[in-house]
Amino acid sequence: MADLTATAESVDQIRDEYTAMTRRKRVYGGILLILFVALMVAGFRTADSRNAGSFVDGWHRILDYPAEVLSEAWEKIAELPANLVTFFPALIETINIAAASTLIGTLAGTFLALMSTRGMALWPRLIPLFRRISDVFRAIPEIVIALVLIFILGGGPVPAMIAIAIHTAGALGKLFSEVNENASLKPVEGLQSVGANWSQRMYLGVIPQVGPNYVSYALLRFEINIRASAILGFVGAGGLGYELRNAMSWGQGRYDEAAAIFLLLFVTIVIVDQLSGALRDRLTHGAEKGATA
Amino acid sequence: MSSLSTDLPTQALKADAERLFNRKRMVNFGLPGLVLVYLIYVFFAFDVPGLTERANWENGKTLVSDSYSYKTHVERDNRNGEISVAIEGERKGAYPDGSAPDWVALGDTTVIDLEDGHVVRFGPETVEYDIPGYGTVRATPSRSAGVQAELPAGEVPDWINVSKNRLAVKTDAGRLTVTRNRSEVFRYFTGWELFWFTLDSPYYGKAFSELASRAVSGEAGAIFNDFWTNKMWRHQDVAWAIFETILMAFLGTLGAGMIALPLAFLATRNFNPLRSLRFATRRVFDFVRGVDALIWTVVLARAFGPGPLTGALAILVTDTGTFGKIFSEALENVDEKQIEGVQSTGANAPQRYRFGVIPQITPILLSQLLYFLESNTRSATVIGAITGGGIGLLLTQAIITQKDWEEVAYYIVLIILMVMLMDWFSGWLRRRLIRGETGKPRKPRGAKV
Repeated sequence: MADLTATAESVDQIRDEYTAMTRRKRVYGGILLILFVALMVAGFRTADSRNAGSFVDGWHRILDYPAEVLSEAWEKIAELPANLVTFFPALIETINIAAASTLIGTLAGTFLALMSTRGMALWPRLIPLFRRISDVFRAIPEIVIALVLIFILGGGPVPAMIAIAIHTAGALGKLFSEVNENASLKPVEGLQSVGANWSQRMYLGVIPQVGPNYVSYALLRFEINIRASAILGFVGAGGLGYELRNAMSWGQGRYDEAAAIFLLLFVTIVIVDQLSGALRDRLTHGAEKGATA
Repeated sequence: MSSLSTDLPTQALKADAERLFNRKRMVNFGLPGLVLVYLIYVFFAFDVPGLTERANWENGKTLVSDSYSYKTHVERDNRNGEISVAIEGERKGAYPDGSAPDWVALGDTTVIDLEDGHVVRFGPETVEYDIPGYGTVRATPSRSAGVQAELPAGEVPDWINVSKNRLAVKTDAGRLTVTRNRSEVFRYFTGWELFWFTLDSPYYGKAFSELASRAVSGEAGAIFNDFWTNKMWRHQDVAWAIFETILMAFLGTLGAGMIALPLAFLATRNFNPLRSLRFATRRVFDFVRGVDALIWTVVLARAFGPGPLTGALAILVTDTGTFGKIFSEALENVDEKQIEGVQSTGANAPQRYRFGVIPQITPILLSQLLYFLESNTRSATVIGAITGGGIGLLLTQAIITQKDWEEVAYYIVLIILMVMLMDWFSGWLRRRLIRGETGKPRKPRGAKV
C-alpha cells in the first residue's frame, strides 16, 4: 500500500528489498535451470548407454534408410500407382478402424461423462465409480489391450478397434465431463418438470448445449486414432501398419511397397489433420453464426 | 432472426416454423441413423460374424485363469523314477532335490494330495488317481506297451482322455498326464507365487512380521537384495524398464519443447517478416508431424538400434512439429503492448523477448509440455513395444511366450499405475505453476524451459 508519509529511508528500503528479491529470484531460476540441464544431460547419457547403438555413431546414418527406400522407390517409380492401388484397401481398413473406434468411443465416452457429472448422473452415488472407470480406461495404452485381444481373437481389425475405442472412451469421458460442468442445468430441470425421463432429459436438454464441443473433441480424437490404428497394425492388427511391417521385413527389393505405404500414411494423416482442423475451427468460431438456426 | 418481424402473416410464420422443425427432425433422426448404418457396414467389413468362429476362447480362458493363479508341476521321470517339483514347471521355480511342498509326500510311492479327496500316487510301476464320486484311475506306463490305463467300469467321461500312449485326466482339483516317459501332475493355486522371494532365498515363505523383525536386526539389505534380484519376476529389470519408459517421455517431450520454441518464432507472422521462411518452417512442422511417430520409430531404429534413445528421439521429432504449431499459434496471439513497454525502457532484442514475450506464453508452454509429458508416457510404452525398450518391450516379450500371463497382468497393472501417476503429477505441477502465475506472479519464473 502506498504510504503517503514515506520518508527517504523507506524508499531506499524498498529498493533494497526489491533488489534482494530480484537477486533471490535469479538464484532460484539459475538453480532450477542448472538442475534441469543436469537432468536432461544425465537422462540423455543414460538413454544413450542403454541403447543398442549410440547417438554419436548413429546420427549420420539417420538418412541412410530413407535414402535407400527412396532410391529404390525412384527406380521403380512406374510401379508406384499400382502399389498405391494395392494398398488402398489397407488404408480403408486403417481409416475404418479409426472411425469406428472413434464413434464407439464417443458414444461410450458420452455415457461415462454424463454418468460422472453432478446433476446429470442417473445414479449420483456412482459418480466416483464412473470417474475411476474413465481414469483407468484413459490410462491403458491401446497396445496393451490390442496385444491381449490379438491372442484371443486372432489378428485383424477388431482387436485394434476395441483397444482404441476403450482408450478413446476414457479420454473423451474426461474431456466431455469437463464440458458438462459448464453446461446449464436449467433445461434439464425444465424437462424434468414436464415429466421427461433420464434419456430424454439428456438428449434434449444436455446434448444440444454440449454438442459442438463434443464433436470438436471427437474430431481431434479421430486425428489421434488414425495414427494409433496405423501403429497397432504394426503389431498385427491389420491395416496399413501390418502391410508396412510385412513390406519392411521383406527388406530390399520390396522398398517400393514400403515407400507407397509411407506415402499413403503420410498423405492420409495430413489430409485428416487439415480437414478436422478446418471443421473444428468452424465449430468453435462459427458458433455465433449458427446459434440462431 | 429477421423472420420474427410482425408484418409477416401468421401463415408464413407457421410454415417457417414447420420447416425448421422438419429440418431439426431430419438431423435428429438422420444423424443417429447414419452412425448406425456406418457401424453396420463396419460390422461386416471387419467380418465380426466370422470372428466368433476364429476366436480362440480356450486361449482367453487360460489367459484369465493364468493371470491370477499359478500351477505347481510334480513330475516323475518314468525312465529313472526321479521326482521333481517345480512352480510353473520352470527351472527358476524348482524345489531343490529331495524337498517338496507339504502336500507332496516323497518316498517309494510319492503321494500327492490335491485336496477334496483327490489323491494321486506315483508308485514304482503304476500311477493311481483317486477321484471322489468316480473311482480310481490306474495307469501303468511301460516302454514296450505304452500306457495301459484301467478305468472304473462304465462310459469314459469327457474329462478323461485315453489313448495307447497317453492318459490325461482333468478335474477341478488338478490335472494328471501320463505318457511313456513321464507322469505329471498339475495343482492349481490362486495368487502370484514367488512374487517376493524365489525358493532359493532363505526368506521364502516367511511371514511379514518375521521379515520385519529380521530387517530391523540388520538383514534389511539382504532381504531387499533377494527381492530385487528375484529371477522369476525380475523386479530390477521391471523397475529399469519403467524408468526407461518415463525417461523416453521426459527426454522426448522436453527436448521437443526446447527445439520447437526458437523455431516457433520463425513460423509467426508478427516475429518473422520473411514470408518464404515462415512458410518453410510451417511446412517442416507439418511434415514431421504428419510422418508420425510410427515411421520415425522405424527410421530411427535403423540408425540407432533398439533402445530408449530411439524411442526418445522418435517422440522428440514428432512432438517438435506439434509443439511448433501450438507455440507459434500462441506467439501470434501475444500482446504487442507489453513488448513495446519493455522496449520503451531501452531493452535490446533478447531482453524484449525474454521479458516481453516469454512471460506471456509461459502458461501455454508449460501446460502443453506437462500435458504431453503425460500422454507421451503412454506413447513411450507403445513405441517401446515396437522398437524394443522399456516396459513395452517386457510386455510384448511376456505376451509372445503365451504362458506368462501372470507377468502380463503384473505389467499391465504397472503401466496403468505409471500412467495414472504421471497424469496426477503433471496435473498437480500444472495447477501449481499456472495458478501461481495469477496469484503470485513470481512463482513460475525459474521453470522456464
